Amino acid sequence: MAAGRLAFAHASRYVEADMQMPPPDAALLARRPEFVSALRAIVPGEGVIDDDAELAAYECDGLTAYRQRPMIVVLPETVDQVSRVLAYCHREGLKVVPRGAGTSLSGGSLPLADGIILGMGKFNRVLEVDYDNRCAVVQPGVTNLAVTQAVAQRGFYYAPDPSSQIACSIGGNVAENSGGVHCLKYGMTTNNLLGVEMVLIDGTVLRLGGKHLDPEGLDLLGVVCGSEGLLGVVTEVTVRILQAPETQRALLMGFADVEAAGACVAAVIAAGIIPAGMEMMDRLAIAAAEAFVKVGYPLDVEALLIVELDGPPAEVDHLIEVVREIGDRCGATYLRISTNETERLGFWAGRKAAFPAVGRISADYYCMDGTIPRAALPKVLTRMNELSQACGLRIANVFHAGDGNLHPLILYDADKPGELDLAEKLGADILTLCVEVGGVLTGEHGVGVEKRDLMEVQFGPSDLDQQQRLKCAFDADGLLNPGKVFPKLCRCAELGRVHIHGGKLRFPELERF
Amino acid sequence: MAWSPSNAEETVEAVKDALAAGQTLELLGRGTRRAFGRPVAADAVLDLSRLTGVVAYQPEELILVVRPGTPMAEIADLLATNGQCLAFEPPDFGPLWGLPAHTGSIGGAVMTGRGGPRRLTAGAPRDHSLGVKGVNGFGEAFAAGGRVVKNVTGFDLPKLTAGSFGTLFAVTELTLKVLPAPPTSQTLVIAGLSDQAATAAMAQAMGCPAQVSSAAHLPADIARGSTVPEIAAAGAATTLLRVEGVKPSVSARIAHLADLLAGLGPLTVLDHQASGQAWSEIADARLLAGGEAQVWKLSVPPTLGAEIGRSLAGDLGGRCFYDWAGGGVWLEVPAASDAHAAQVRGVLAKVAGGDGHATLMRASEAVRTAVAPFQPPSPAVAALSERVRRQFDPQGIFNPGRMQP
Repeated sequence: MAAGRLAFAHASRYVEADMQMPPPDAALLARRPEFVSALRAIVPGEGVIDDDAELAAYECDGLTAYRQRPMIVVLPETVDQVSRVLAYCHREGLKVVPRGAGTSLSGGSLPLADGIILGMGKFNRVLEVDYDNRCAVVQPGVTNLAVTQAVAQRGFYYAPDPSSQIACSIGGNVAENSGGVHCLKYGMTTNNLLGVEMVLIDGTVLRLGGKHLDPEGLDLLGVVCGSEGLLGVVTEVTVRILQAPETQRALLMGFADVEAAGACVAAVIAAGIIPAGMEMMDRLAIAAAEAFVKVGYPLDVEALLIVELDGPPAEVDHLIEVVREIGDRCGATYLRISTNETERLGFWAGRKAAFPAVGRISADYYCMDGTIPRAALPKVLTRMNELSQACGLRIANVFHAGDGNLHPLILYDADKPGELDLAEKLGADILTLCVEVGGVLTGEHGVGVEKRDLMEVQFGPSDLDQQQRLKCAFDADGLLNPGKVFPKLCRCAELGRVHIHGGKLRFPELERF
Repeated sequence: MAWSPSNAEETVEAVKDALAAGQTLELLGRGTRRAFGRPVAADAVLDLSRLTGVVAYQPEELILVVRPGTPMAEIADLLATNGQCLAFEPPDFGPLWGLPAHTGSIGGAVMTGRGGPRRLTAGAPRDHSLGVKGVNGFGEAFAAGGRVVKNVTGFDLPKLTAGSFGTLFAVTELTLKVLPAPPTSQTLVIAGLSDQAATAAMAQAMGCPAQVSSAAHLPADIARGSTVPEIAAAGAATTLLRVEGVKPSVSARIAHLADLLAGLGPLTVLDHQASGQAWSEIADARLLAGGEAQVWKLSVPPTLGAEIGRSLAGDLGGRCFYDWAGGGVWLEVPAASDAHAAQVRGVLAKVAGGDGHATLMRASEAVRTAVAPFQPPSPAVAALSERVRRQFDPQGIFNPGRMQP
């Protein structure tokens, strides 16, 4: 089938990549003018974009490698508009790709040539801050950081802090179940989410949860969070806010080998300590970061560990000493403890700049996101090193060490023929390795289009069937974000068939296909 | 008729047999939570209590892989020997239902989805449910989630599993996040506050940097029944604020709280042991155990709990206490054939709108059949939930009627 081959791009360079998306439907493309005028009747003014130059702004998200111009972009402002737009698309069989701030690193809001982008950017208001119930009610287009800013005056903050927090939207965080460097202690988005208002593909508006705990019935909120835009469109979000910790201090520790650093991480956890953050970098990442921000990282170590503790001063001072002893016992060859905020932020500056720092030493890089059992780290790094040497591409590693979330950065040059393919192949090999050692394909970036075709590495056919059946309960026609997460499109009628011999069906009144 | 599989393969066979025979199944672990929710009307029993044992426990990876029939007590002991725990503080409602304590299974604890007082800050079973294996109503074994603490690969079916009361599929294996057990805890106690004043005090405490892990208020009539001498002897309403962690931190935070709340009433501090005892009787609702009265648990925004609890306890001649900083209202009412459901849910709706729910936690089988024990969802959520259920169990063979008629 003539599938849409996408342009794989970095900066201004376009290269053909192999990502296959569902083939565009010529009949739908031909009806574009009709769709535009119908959508304009729902969202008046400048809320419907069909101008080619303006559409170009939506052709990719944070995974710039994959690009596709959408047929139409719709920017609704009210829940009623979202409901009517989705009901219309449902009626007409029009595909919908929801989009927040467009910062997905897995291509979660990559457009479809024959689909609309439903951009939620105009839902940008903080609706309510309720300090006594320790929650905030916000619209989905509000940025992650803006939630914290809205509650900071009373010493509160919103805990999940993905590195894109200045730009990424809360709606996108809900769709991706975003994490961050502090999620070992404070949880991912799902653990800080109290409720949503959402719209189903048929236009139904419903509420899940609220300001109370543990909504009764099936935990639909639990599956909506992290569903990557495949189940519905969130129009309002209630999140838990926390009182900011009184103090934060960090240790910077260097080790002569990765095994010792890994043992130190394990020993900290075994001592009953869950640090606010525990980050590891390997030699190449350390060198790149130090060359970039010059914060005094030691260059003669194989692994650098940042351990951050937060809480009341009495607790932080006590635990800092415990962690220092563990570091010494595990053979740290370098150990510094922050004595003030400037030092602590200095420890983090290199880590936070690791991606752009790697960007300075390589023409291009490709960021991976697997999670592994931490005990497997030495094995994974050794094997990655072998893979790296075999294909001639270097890998820099930054690692959310506390929760085993590994971000290998593959260094390549898209201008060199074949290197992009090599990088993609190496990435797939690394994620396959993560699964082989008992880990998973993605810890926080999502499956999107990027890891879609690797899903069969982690899940068997019946596992994927059951996930797709859930999709059928929300969106039986497969109109919401098709081509993402699952390597095959859903066939709900087929998946719904029960194969039994003898016996009778219990719901003969139900229509079956 | 009963199937009693001893492994996942036999569970698949049992479900296929039941499908072929057109039999519905009551899923049972150790059977200690049958009084929770609507009674199941099934043709046969699928007894999962032989699916026992720890498959993998890796304390340093913070994960526990376990079969559902494993006794909760066994798991608590295992984790304790490594200084760890299930942070959601699984409640043991056995005594509330007139059963012995410590008899349930881990499967039951997860499938009923309830967390104890620490749920306020540490999450519910769903927040610690990382992976699941099971057999769906198509007779297919499947797995979801993973064995690592951070994972966003695919839909989060492990969350959907927790609290599904066995109405989706038969669980054969659970992967749970485990965490270090707090090495020590103390509880600051304020005596003599009204329900409303206690709500304000709890909000103030939860909104300060002392990292209070649990907050509860026992009106005087409830506090007098406590097994903790310091609480019972005072004869007054008791507000409890728990602080957990390493010793130096706990002492400093208790001192901070005492400063903050000085002037509200007489303050005392429960030590580690007394604190543990107090929170355990709150978690398990043992303060309401015994007798024939019916028990409701309401979950509402914390600031609304007192108004709802006072109003209902007063109107119905019952009594109540508050967990979750006021948001978890335990209400005991004189037994009635309708369990006063209309009044309970009426006041809930009037005060909290749709933001909350009332669950009938203790009543006879007849009452739990006549009255919806779980808060009826909105029509849109009910329809979606039913579609979800049919995608796991198209013929409705698992625990029919358990969550709704």
